[in-house]
Amino acid sequence: MTESTGPTRAGLLTFVWLWVSLPFAYGVYELVRQVVQLFTG
Amino acid sequence: MTVGFLSPSRIVAPHDWNRWLIPPAALSVHLAIGQVYAWSVFKPPLEETLGLSGTQSALPFQLGIVVLGLSAAFGGTFVERNGPRWAMFVSLVCFSSGFLVSALGVVTKQYWLVVLGYGGIGGVGLGIGYISPVSTLIKWFPDRPGMATGIAIMGFGGGALIASPWSSQMLESFGTSTGGIAMSFAMHGIVYALFMSLGVLLVRLPAEGWKPKGWQPDKATSGRMITNANVSANNAIRTPQFWFLWIVLCFNVTAGIGILEKASPMITDFFSNTEAPVTAAAAAGFVAMLSLTNMLGRFVWSSTSDIVGRKNIYRLYLGGGALLYLTILLIGDTSKMLFVVAALVILSFYGAGFATVPAYLKDLFGTYQVGAIHGRLLTAWSVAGVLGPLIVNAVADSQAAAGKSGPDLYTISLFIMIGLLVIGFLSNEMIRPVNSKFHEPGDGAGQVAERAERGAER
Repeated sequence: MTESTGPTRAGLLTFVWLWVSLPFAYGVYELVRQVVQLFTG
Repeated sequence: MTVGFLSPSRIVAPHDWNRWLIPPAALSVHLAIGQVYAWSVFKPPLEETLGLSGTQSALPFQLGIVVLGLSAAFGGTFVERNGPRWAMFVSLVCFSSGFLVSALGVVTKQYWLVVLGYGGIGGVGLGIGYISPVSTLIKWFPDRPGMATGIAIMGFGGGALIASPWSSQMLESFGTSTGGIAMSFAMHGIVYALFMSLGVLLVRLPAEGWKPKGWQPDKATSGRMITNANVSANNAIRTPQFWFLWIVLCFNVTAGIGILEKASPMITDFFSNTEAPVTAAAAAGFVAMLSLTNMLGRFVWSSTSDIVGRKNIYRLYLGGGALLYLTILLIGDTSKMLFVVAALVILSFYGAGFATVPAYLKDLFGTYQVGAIHGRLLTAWSVAGVLGPLIVNAVADSQAAAGKSGPDLYTISLFIMIGLLVIGFLSNEMIRPVNSKFHEPGDGAGQVAERAERGAER
């Protein structure tokens, strides 16, 4: 049996990826902000 | 035997399940437990409020890392037997209740409760959570196991990026009195429980015989060091391949952690005798950039390993790492830019070493008990966690005592790191396919998924 081409569950997929990527983006944003601040004063 | 909601039989996916729903399940656990690397945020307020020394305030973190290694090593078989939902649930309960017990410890000024809660109970959550999604991801992405585990293990690196500013802001809001710290701990416990519950609810096992569209296992394994057979966790540790890989992981981590743990004083010392010494602020920026490449390396290099092969990518991590350390040694304090670039790439190899190893294990030992084997291999991490900082700190201290300064403080450490990476490189070269006497009886093409399913059911 191979991967089906049935329903893609787009809504659920979007929700769960946002669930994990939003906090991750916040962390990366804070890190980049810190790097920029430190090197630009 | 797991029953009901947590049982593996309850999470077998329907045939039309989208496999891209599995990485977020893994990430919801790894992004949470990665908080452990941001423990230092709590150190100053705990020291001030409870009158602790720096060594004492590090105890919850240290115990947490030790328990992580032990619970991953000894809990791996339970994870394979009871399935990923059970493992993620155990991780959620332990990690969150660890924070709640710590909150109680702070509010009652019983510091041992903080150590036991965060380090002991929370540490079990770290270890079980770390290995919980590995074999599931490999089963869903047999065509791209390096990328799949790279996403999850990148999450572990990313967890600290989220927790560090978030915990700081929470301490600012609640204050750094005992009540404020306790409230912050309790809030962490509640929010992480909520965040991780997505993984518990979402994780699924592929149905028996499922495979990605267009993927042919026989074609994927032909002519490469990827097995169709399966080796149990108990047999795996009897093979030389396991121990060669243990050395590879241990020395790759040792070489990276040596820089990571001492990055800020190292860059400051290195350029202290130049016309443009590195300021404390710039050194902190350097550390932040190391965190970023450590994290990105986990995804980028591990995904690349699906194309170039696991053995080749470790040749790059270990051989390339040795050459980069040699570059740092040769240029001394003549080029700040070259120093920074070399250190960033070394740290990307460090993170990638963690992320690629589950796929390497899958190639060598099959999917049957890859989670349990991975757990046992993580003891190499525990050893490296002690070895790396010990080498760099002890050598730098002795060189400073001998009156040396600048790059000379680190010359011997750099030689040692190069030596370790060369040994790791040679160990990688010694890795060959596992002797068939270690294979599970009746293994062969087409039986992998079936056995993996049965393994999850047992």
